Amino acid sequence: MRYGVLAFLLAVPLTAADSCVECHSVLEGKLQAPAKAFANDIHARFGFSCADCHGGNRNETDPEAAMSKARGFVGKIPRTAVPERCAHCHSNASLMEKYKPRQRVDQMAQYRTSVHGKRLASGDVKVATCIDCHSVHDIREVKDPLSPVHPLRLPETCARCHADAAHMAGYKIPTDQFASYRKSVHWQALAKRGDLSAPSCASCHGNHGAQPPELESVAAVCGTCHVMMEDLYKKSPHQPVFAAMGAGGCVVCHSNHEIRPPNVGMLAGPNAVCSQCHDATSAGGIAAADMAQQITTLDKALERSDQILANAQQSGMEVSEALLRQREGRENLVKAAVAVHAFRTAAVQKPVKEGLAIAAETYQAGVSALKERRTRRQGLSVSLIAIAITMLGLWLAIRTIEGRNTQTSQLRGR
Amino acid sequence: MASATEPPQQSGWLEERLGLASIRAFLAHKTVPVHAHTVWYYFGGITLFLFVIQVLTGTLLLLYYRPSPAEAYESVQFIMTRVQFGWLVRSIHSWSANLMILSAFIHMFSVVFLRAFRRPRELTWLSGIGLLGLALAFGFSGYLLPWNTISYFATKVGTDMAAAVPVIGHSLARFLRGGNDVGGATLTRFFGFHVAVLPGITTLLLLAHLALVQKHGMSSPQWAVDQYSRKGQPVPQMLFFPNFFLRELMAWYAALGVLGSLAAIFPWELGVKADPFAPAPAGIRPEWYFLAPFYTLKLIPSHVWVFEGELVGLLGFGLLALWWVALPFWAVNRQGVERTRWVTGAGVALVAYLATFSALGYWR
Repeated sequence: MRYGVLAFLLAVPLTAADSCVECHSVLEGKLQAPAKAFANDIHARFGFSCADCHGGNRNETDPEAAMSKARGFVGKIPRTAVPERCAHCHSNASLMEKYKPRQRVDQMAQYRTSVHGKRLASGDVKVATCIDCHSVHDIREVKDPLSPVHPLRLPETCARCHADAAHMAGYKIPTDQFASYRKSVHWQALAKRGDLSAPSCASCHGNHGAQPPELESVAAVCGTCHVMMEDLYKKSPHQPVFAAMGAGGCVVCHSNHEIRPPNVGMLAGPNAVCSQCHDATSAGGIAAADMAQQITTLDKALERSDQILANAQQSGMEVSEALLRQREGRENLVKAAVAVHAFRTAAVQKPVKEGLAIAAETYQAGVSALKERRTRRQGLSVSLIAIAITMLGLWLAIRTIEGRNTQTSQLRGR
Repeated sequence: MASATEPPQQSGWLEERLGLASIRAFLAHKTVPVHAHTVWYYFGGITLFLFVIQVLTGTLLLLYYRPSPAEAYESVQFIMTRVQFGWLVRSIHSWSANLMILSAFIHMFSVVFLRAFRRPRELTWLSGIGLLGLALAFGFSGYLLPWNTISYFATKVGTDMAAAVPVIGHSLARFLRGGNDVGGATLTRFFGFHVAVLPGITTLLLLAHLALVQKHGMSSPQWAVDQYSRKGQPVPQMLFFPNFFLRELMAWYAALGVLGSLAAIFPWELGVKADPFAPAPAGIRPEWYFLAPFYTLKLIPSHVWVFEGELVGLLGFGLLALWWVALPFWAVNRQGVERTRWVTGAGVALVAYLATFSALGYWR
């Protein structure tokens, strides 16, 4: 023990720049971990010290003096006090301007409106505070891929609590959101394609002001990205019906967390979402089947053009103009899928009609290219035959000349 | 009897003005050696034939091509899709360029292995090497003209290499690009080089090369001379006209058949229009005839001792090129004895290097 204290005293320089880090770095276990982690913390980069959150005096080399309660040392901060402690700086606009002038300073105000904030205020210490999402002692910038709130890592960070059945037991909310989200088109875009603009938990629920979207605001939440769909839905016959039913708009057909890539099977067929309310023989059922059939027809027509153009391109035929037109055809397919949200067959008909005209045009371009390829090869065959005949003629001419007068063609002694 | 003022007969009229009799006499006496490797003599003529094809198809392409970033790609697209037989003209132009360079390489190596560069043909060798260099310059400048993604980035890489040349590198790159980066000015310059500067120089050098070939005649390999001299005979010869000429004509027709087949079955791709703001596509590489040096430079580490790797590579290639150009001068020692093994060894090593590194550059 005596040697331990000696080693400790020798290891600590007499005038430390940050005595908290200096001393805790040579300790072990839980007492060392924060000092080690703090090296990667954004606050350390800006010159902040442990004492800025925990109180005490970083310039004192004497542990007693450095961690004196008289100097404001609080040690471990109670969970209920964490948001206020962070907000001490992060809600201070003039202070934040020195370090992150473009960063918002309303996180605490938002947090107070969140379910987390409200429950914490009521004394529930199990709910998330700043450090549960942003980590503690190794807090990184949101854009840092190692940060737990980086867009690619955020769903897993939320799931640490929300997918933990034991942790969530008292709250009576499901814990399958993350598992459902991982099957969604949004997760595909985010995790598989690396599209950082794809929605994760905070995109719909908010981050500091996190709460479930109210039923009437679901369409508005989805509409922040899916603007055209929201616009069409608002004008559609479904909007007042769903509103009267107390259903949440988009989620009625698309679900909430498990939002699968849309397909025509949602409109018609055994798994159609329309069939939940509309009988296949009803006007709604017939309209849904008609829209599905129109979209399928366009998709197949474009697929047929893709195939013939690919075939022509592989043969070296120049079909780039047709391929460019084909993109316009695909855009019409997307427009038709968007138009479904108007729930009127006439709305779908317009882009489908335009798309079919393009598909017919591009298919014809493919047919012409393949016909041209055949003509070229026939022309080549004729040319090769002509060349072969000419070469044969030349060979015969050489033989005739050389056979007729070997003596004159084969000169010797040159 | 015709008076002195009467116009002469047509043959006499032409004879008086062109001196056809002297040409006929020259052709009647011009011969080509006949031995086991006479076939290699045809490649010079095939290269010339492909050059003529280049000039003819290039002239036709000029009727529609527009050398600006906004119009270059579209004009080539127009040629390939709208102009009658435009696809064929463009494909033949591109394929014949590649075949011409291949044929020129074969011609050069045949000259090396038959040791046709020996005294007094040193200048013929030098003019031939100059023509090969010009053919490569034609390839490099013409590659950019369709203004597609691959050609744009290949030109960026190529001109970046020029910038690594010591002392003059930066100025050379600026001169080639017409600015700090590849852009509209580069396209205009490359077009100018491709259709005016290079053809002008090539025509002069080609005339000089052909004149030298006529002056010195076809070289007989030393082993053929020795073989026949042991029998007390000279190396057999065939008349250039019509015997060799008709055979050469057959070779040209064969080349035309290959060219037509390639153009019709594998039309030259146009690719995607260049976007200077897009990132360089993966696997960017130059035309096959630049692959060996390109791959070599890729293998050289970024720093060799205190020098930049690229600089070391370029210096190495420069020295290698100088050594190769000077072949006729080091192929004979001071006592006048030929360094036969050295020449053959150098030729085999260079062929092996070019083939191996080109293949590696293509597949890796």
